Amino acid sequence: MGGGNPVKRLMAGNEAIARGAWEAGCRVGTAYPGTPSTEILQFLSEYPEVNAEWSPNEKVALEVAAGAAMAGARALAAMKHVGLNVAADPLFTLSYTGIRGGLVVITADDPEMHSSQNEQDNRHYARAAKLPMLEPADSEEARRLVKLAFALSEEWDCPVLVRTSTRISHGEGLVETEDRRESPLEIKLEKNPAKWVMLPAYARARRPLVEARMEKLVRLAESFAENRIEPGDRSLGIITSGVAYQYAREAFPEASYLKLGMMWPLPSELFRRFAGMVDRLYVVEELDPFLEDWVRGLGIQVIGKAVIPLIGELSPALVRKGISGETAAGQPVPLDLSLPPRPPILCAGCPYRGIFTVLRKLKVFVCGDIGCYTLAAPAPLSALDSCLCMGAGIGQSFGMEKALGEGGPRRVVSVIGDSTFFHSGVTPLMDMAYNHSRGTVIILDNHTTAMTGRQGHPGSGYDIRGEAAPAMDIAKLAEAFGIRRVRVVDPCNLEETEAVLRQELAAEELSVVIARGPCILIPEAREAIKPALRVNLKICAGCRTCLQVACPAISYVRQAGEYRTREGKVKKRKGYSQIDERLCTGCAVCRQVCPFAAHREPS
Amino acid sequence: MVMKVTNVLMAGVGGQGIILASGVLAKTAAAAGLDVKKSDVHGMAQRGGSVLSHVRFGDRVYSPLIPDGETDILMAAEFLEGLRWLPQVRSRGRVVLSTQRILPPTVTRGEQAYPEDILEKIKRRDPRAIHLDCLEIAQAAGDVRTATVVLLGALSTLLPFAQRKWIELLEQEVPKKAVPVNLVAFRRGREWAKG
Repeated sequence: MGGGNPVKRLMAGNEAIARGAWEAGCRVGTAYPGTPSTEILQFLSEYPEVNAEWSPNEKVALEVAAGAAMAGARALAAMKHVGLNVAADPLFTLSYTGIRGGLVVITADDPEMHSSQNEQDNRHYARAAKLPMLEPADSEEARRLVKLAFALSEEWDCPVLVRTSTRISHGEGLVETEDRRESPLEIKLEKNPAKWVMLPAYARARRPLVEARMEKLVRLAESFAENRIEPGDRSLGIITSGVAYQYAREAFPEASYLKLGMMWPLPSELFRRFAGMVDRLYVVEELDPFLEDWVRGLGIQVIGKAVIPLIGELSPALVRKGISGETAAGQPVPLDLSLPPRPPILCAGCPYRGIFTVLRKLKVFVCGDIGCYTLAAPAPLSALDSCLCMGAGIGQSFGMEKALGEGGPRRVVSVIGDSTFFHSGVTPLMDMAYNHSRGTVIILDNHTTAMTGRQGHPGSGYDIRGEAAPAMDIAKLAEAFGIRRVRVVDPCNLEETEAVLRQELAAEELSVVIARGPCILIPEAREAIKPALRVNLKICAGCRTCLQVACPAISYVRQAGEYRTREGKVKKRKGYSQIDERLCTGCAVCRQVCPFAAHREPS
Repeated sequence: MVMKVTNVLMAGVGGQGIILASGVLAKTAAAAGLDVKKSDVHGMAQRGGSVLSHVRFGDRVYSPLIPDGETDILMAAEFLEGLRWLPQVRSRGRVVLSTQRILPPTVTRGEQAYPEDILEKIKRRDPRAIHLDCLEIAQAAGDVRTATVVLLGALSTLLPFAQRKWIELLEQEVPKKAVPVNLVAFRRGREWAKG
């Protein structure tokens, strides 16, 4: 960091975004972890000039960043695509109030849903919220456009959206670096209700300014340096942006291109001019026909989603196939689906394995949520029945309880992780307490935000820099809501967990069960790993019950043999279980499900 | 003359160090003055998923992902992953793979069998495929955790970068205390591939 040398460095898009923000004099950075955006704040937090935080959720993140910007500091809020849904409320009205210091909002989309519950196209937000949006096509552009976004934000008095996607955020390319320049803007609190207080009377006065801004931005878009015509062979013209540009260039290096760096607002004359330069015109974009609809609306003949897929991410092969047809060389190569797949599963020693084994046994409908525990849904655990969005499980279970009427609370539970709970599980729990629920809410507390890389959260006890931070007490919070039945269980103790869950399901009152056990990957747990268990081959019947807990350390060996029953009889078996000592952490969930208690500690 | 882009696909299982290995290759190529792009598919890697890293280098690289079927060299740190990604290797492309097996969940549960014809299929695409027991070589070198660096050493024999350039980058990317054993591992991988 530092220095202003032209030497290029290999950087992921997310690191380049953080770099660009830092170079622009960004002073405040906020985010909630979410793939593919997570690393942005991690990198930003390494700069001493930036006050960086993990916010409990994206709405808070954007509001904190907005406050900093209102005071004159340049601020950045980063989130994944669905995160912008959470932050949408402040976003839309910030378009009216504007800011003072530049405010940049990063939306990291996930075409193909590599790690998300949907693949929504967040370009629509720019149009709906009436905000400019920039879209980089590689790491160097990410740095440059984020830097530019701060200046644009101040010039046009509004937040600026910068859209990235998985292949940009997690792709690495060569990036130039420049020195940091502090913003000359004075930090002060400006009393200006007409600007900041969005009462209808004031908001109505700001409304025409929003339209005027967008109109002026359209004129900028016509000659914006990052909206470039790259002339080539006139027989084929391609309008594109972002990573789709790279795929198209790979497939058709000789074609003519109109590459857009500003996704909203869109120009008109620039499109007409380009259309006039080429014989055939295509739009190559991932997900929705956002560009295509606009271009067609200008009366320009163009081909887009008729040949370019609407679903999932693109690739050079898909672009080639779409434009040149099925017989062209370089078609997509399918995966051999007969090969054993390698889906993500809960780690060996994950504290959640035990409680989901119990939930499956209890045969209740489990309204789940987003986190590592969502991995309990597929077979063989098969212990999670719904997952909609952050914090949804609790409310969904309450809705089911209402629909089911009598007996309902015994048939459905909700399950939510600690970080997800702080994100958006607090308000639905409040709803259940306030509106007379008799259900059971299970909070899985593994002391971290595990799935995204073990970031801190308000209950974890550490902040983004790894320094000690106050830890919110979930049990006390439940008590503060007037919930009397608050139980704490060790999720690796199946007997205890089952007994408590049965009691709480039967109770005619709202219950909160906190299953507390650290994520096996955090230092607290690594230090407490117990010796690996070993299967006693004398008594293993090969019944495969232990395999149903889906632990990666346990495997089945198909080899005929014999075992001895508890009564001393010798019986045949078709195979036996074995434990990989390198992976086993001694949690003993397998032993607890084994009818023969065949999993032993080493003697 | 415009240098055609070289596409190296690295595959393995979460925890094997694929990201480290691809980082070393990418930076070695960048140090040689080439344009480089790399795409890592991770995130679920900690939880036993496949890890894939696309590394592309040449005069000018556009797509961060290797186009379908255009992989020049497949480097696989796990045997089955070598077979899974084999269709991406172009005709006359090369394969460097470890014979180490990490059983996927359906295999450990006894529901599916680990394929037994992997090497045979690999050799149909690349008769000169380099295959080695990286764990064993890493153990002999002094640390099982250097298995993927052994593989990287074998891969390096197929690429035009000088050995000392690789070593420079390895020294930068690997924790200081682990540098000596990693250099031994790298060299042994190279020797295996040459011999």
